[in-house]
Amino acid sequence: MQGNSIGFWILAALCIFAAVQVVANRNPVRSALALVGVMCCLSVFYFAQGAEFVGAVQLIVYAGAIMVLFLFVIMLLNLGAPNPMMDRVGLSKPVALLASAALLGSLALAGALKMAPDRVGKSPVSGTVQQIGYALFDPGRPWLFAFELTSVLLLVGVVGAVVLAQRRSD
Amino acid sequence: MVIPNISLGPFTLVDVLPYVALVTILGVILLATPFLVWYERVALALIQDRLGPNRVGPRGLLQAFADGIKLFLKEDIRPSAVDATIYYAAPVLMMIPALAACAVLPVADLRIDMGGGRIESVPFVVGNVNIGILYLLGLTSLQVYGIVLAGWASNNKYSLMGGLRSSAQTISYELSMTMAVLTGVLISGSTNMVEIVRSQAGTVADWNIAKFLPLGFIATVVYLIAMVAETNRAPFDLPEAESELVAGFHTEYSSMKFAMFFMCEYASMLVISGVATALWFGGWNSPHPALNFVPGFVWFILKVVAFVMVYVWVRATLPRLRYDALMALGWKRLLPIALAALVLTATWDAVRTPADKKSGWPVIEAPHDADKPAARASNAR
Repeated sequence: MQGNSIGFWILAALCIFAAVQVVANRNPVRSALALVGVMCCLSVFYFAQGAEFVGAVQLIVYAGAIMVLFLFVIMLLNLGAPNPMMDRVGLSKPVALLASAALLGSLALAGALKMAPDRVGKSPVSGTVQQIGYALFDPGRPWLFAFELTSVLLLVGVVGAVVLAQRRSD
Repeated sequence: MVIPNISLGPFTLVDVLPYVALVTILGVILLATPFLVWYERVALALIQDRLGPNRVGPRGLLQAFADGIKLFLKEDIRPSAVDATIYYAAPVLMMIPALAACAVLPVADLRIDMGGGRIESVPFVVGNVNIGILYLLGLTSLQVYGIVLAGWASNNKYSLMGGLRSSAQTISYELSMTMAVLTGVLISGSTNMVEIVRSQAGTVADWNIAKFLPLGFIATVVYLIAMVAETNRAPFDLPEAESELVAGFHTEYSSMKFAMFFMCEYASMLVISGVATALWFGGWNSPHPALNFVPGFVWFILKVVAFVMVYVWVRATLPRLRYDALMALGWKRLLPIALAALVLTATWDAVRTPADKKSGWPVIEAPHDADKPAARASNAR
């Protein structure tokens, strides 16, 4: 077994443990923290595959920005103690079970049919800033429009956030 | 100064250089902390016209070691109402990104004789990765977890306030810092730390701070302000404001756990000063070719020490900001300025690029080509 694969399996075990903790832990702060752990593990996976840019962006956007906001809100609402509301049995539990079973099944199927390329501990994929930039903004490729559309969507989100914040302060 | 590529068993010097760099840089950062504490206290005393530490050892040099021994021997108190796991994990979570960040710090460029008269420049850096500066931004944003979790796990209202302040402050100033860093990336044309420093070789006029005048200078100032805020140092030390929050997020921490927070502050001060040096002030490059006989790492260390002096100077000069003033400065002043600098730099760069370079998109290699060493090297920019 190569050093790369050993690293992969250790990291995979860590990642799955953290992912289970996200849903199994009743303490919201610990749950959010476990999610940060998952994000960091994913980022290391990207780095190990040579997709350094994707790994760094994963770290900056998810672990560094979004999860900090999550934690900030959880702490602001002081959701320290387990909430009895979470024990309420409704339609959500069976639906969630069904959805996760379907996802797991389709992933397992994809794995069994070898639909995804087997890249564990193998050659790096190309993910440098330059390559991604040229690919995204190449007029000959279809992604420029989608990219601009996404930035408009983000802009709408920013304007919406400002409008919502302004109404509160009146 | 050319170093021969010594053979060390199955490896050569170039092979083991990243590991040598790892041990050296980590060691220097950890060992420098006591001297930094001493340096800060002496400089503060100088500015405030008093004597400062002068009892332990020559010129008080051993004062920090005495403080360290004192912290070691203090009773390790765990308040009963804390969330134990997170309480103990918080200082560690703060330390990891602070130390991991030095992996991409380019300290020096060594001239190594590869044999057969071929002399190559090999950077003295742990990981010469293409996205070095993004890696640094990612790690800086992770550092906030230590403070936030320490504040929350302490189960203390002052600590929680400190943690909340810290997360709000770090998120706010990270934006301006990122914009300033991106301006630097545009000026250098690379996200690789080593390439950024190499692009600044020459005189002072070739450093990023002096390029695209005045845009480089503006971005540098924004970066320097944001960097003080990111490290939670005075005048942006609201998360631990003694007079309001009784030390804030580390109120409940004693003994070595407190010492770890202390060390983190100084380690990240050094690392972020190193980043500022590499990004804006030429890294290991000398200010003038006539001074090139001085080795690169000396210039690097001199510049970092100068930045630490700026940190102390700012701390001694400016009073702590009020919380709303802090937010207003971050969002209403720094961010628009940084954004404008970024957009103007990009426009300038686009306008001055010759027309023949603009037309036509370069051929993109298919993903499987990345395995070939030649393709990797051409992407290294």
